[in-house]
Amino acid sequence: MAEIVEGGGGGGKHGKKKAKKGSARLDMTPMVDLAFLLLTFFVLAATLAKPKAMEIIYPKEVDDKEDKTKLDDALATTLLLGENENEVFYYSGAYKPDTTELILTDLSKDGFRKIMLDKNMRVNDQVVQLKAKLESKEIDELTYEEAYKQVVGAKDAPFVVIKTVDKTKFKNVIGAMDELNICNVRKRAIQDMAESEAIAVRQRASELDLKKK
Amino acid sequence: MPKIKIPKSAPSLDMTPMVDLAFLLVTFFMLTAKFRNMEPIEADPPSSTSLTQLPEKVMLITIDTAGRAYFDISGRTVREKLLERMMVRYPAVKMTQEQIENFSKMGTFGQPMELLAQYISGDEDVKSALDKAGKGIPLDSLNNQLGDWIQEGYYAFVDDATEQGLTRDQLKEDGLRYAIKADANTEYAKIEKVIDVFRDKQIFQFNMVTNLEGSDTNADANLNAQ
Repeated sequence: MAEIVEGGGGGGKHGKKKAKKGSARLDMTPMVDLAFLLLTFFVLAATLAKPKAMEIIYPKEVDDKEDKTKLDDALATTLLLGENENEVFYYSGAYKPDTTELILTDLSKDGFRKIMLDKNMRVNDQVVQLKAKLESKEIDELTYEEAYKQVVGAKDAPFVVIKTVDKTKFKNVIGAMDELNICNVRKRAIQDMAESEAIAVRQRASELDLKKK
Repeated sequence: MPKIKIPKSAPSLDMTPMVDLAFLLVTFFMLTAKFRNMEPIEADPPSSTSLTQLPEKVMLITIDTAGRAYFDISGRTVREKLLERMMVRYPAVKMTQEQIENFSKMGTFGQPMELLAQYISGDEDVKSALDKAGKGIPLDSLNNQLGDWIQEGYYAFVDDATEQGLTRDQLKEDGLRYAIKADANTEYAKIEKVIDVFRDKQIFQFNMVTNLEGSDTNADANLNAQ
């Protein structure tokens, strides 16, 4: 505990009064308590207030039917996000109304991520190598970014189309984008679901008896 | 053998350095803390693993579950210029100098131009009543006020930056960014509507505000409740 030593003292009206010896102690415990309380509050509040952001780039053209034909169907995966949170389906390649089967998945770490990590294995391996090079200081940050862009944007890299209906929850869209970020899938697009696909999703959902939450 | 003397008084520990440090830290955090403005809406963003920070110079559109849009832009001088520009665009709206100053200090808002003056000079009760009854900033094609805010916001930002002596190249590197903060349960079509307004203005790149995954999203609410 801090101490305050009364210096000098004495004097005053009754000259004979004895000056106190030793020290007067000031109890600082409450003050210290308060200081730490405030400290804790500010530390907690400071770290909580920092929002994070995820960058999404939308295409210039809303209608990109011409672009679609240029992309190789074999590389395509389509993720369908239905009205309810658990209505998450995917199919590979082009959509054929009668034969395409919608496979149920989810946006947890054992769901769509496993599938995409598998499909995107070649790109991911290259990214891992790049990261190792960056960490061992073989290449600098700028070269890494350039190389990363080339790897994920390669012509034969798989791409994903996220299709939504009007009532798709925003968190599912963000969740899906997040999964693609984790899997290093940079070739992706968000589109409105075609009517035929929306019907298929609804059918499949009722078949599997996906209830609301 | 001589006896070991046991001191009678209680052992005292000198806490001064610790207290000094504690106060130093308190002062530091108090001075660096930026208090968030009162937000007229609750929008709990979805979580993601993205570690990117929300940029400093940002135009932020908040969307709640009902699809109402709210506008915010950083920088006091930018906001002053923005409101002056908006008054040119909407000549029917009159504001006093005091109202313009209050607007520059205000945070997010979601009122149409017609009610803005009333909203700015109103006290907390008036504000919350207007927020409750409000429909956000109009963004339909007949009365696209959000589009005007976005456009004028960009011009106001560029004006302000040139006044501060920033060159075009610097602006490209460190210019205005656009962020959308939407509640996790908002229907995507409602967000697309706002994005379409941006698209009209040739803006295609957005920062979606998210919570960090794994962090307790309720921690914030708990803190407020205490």
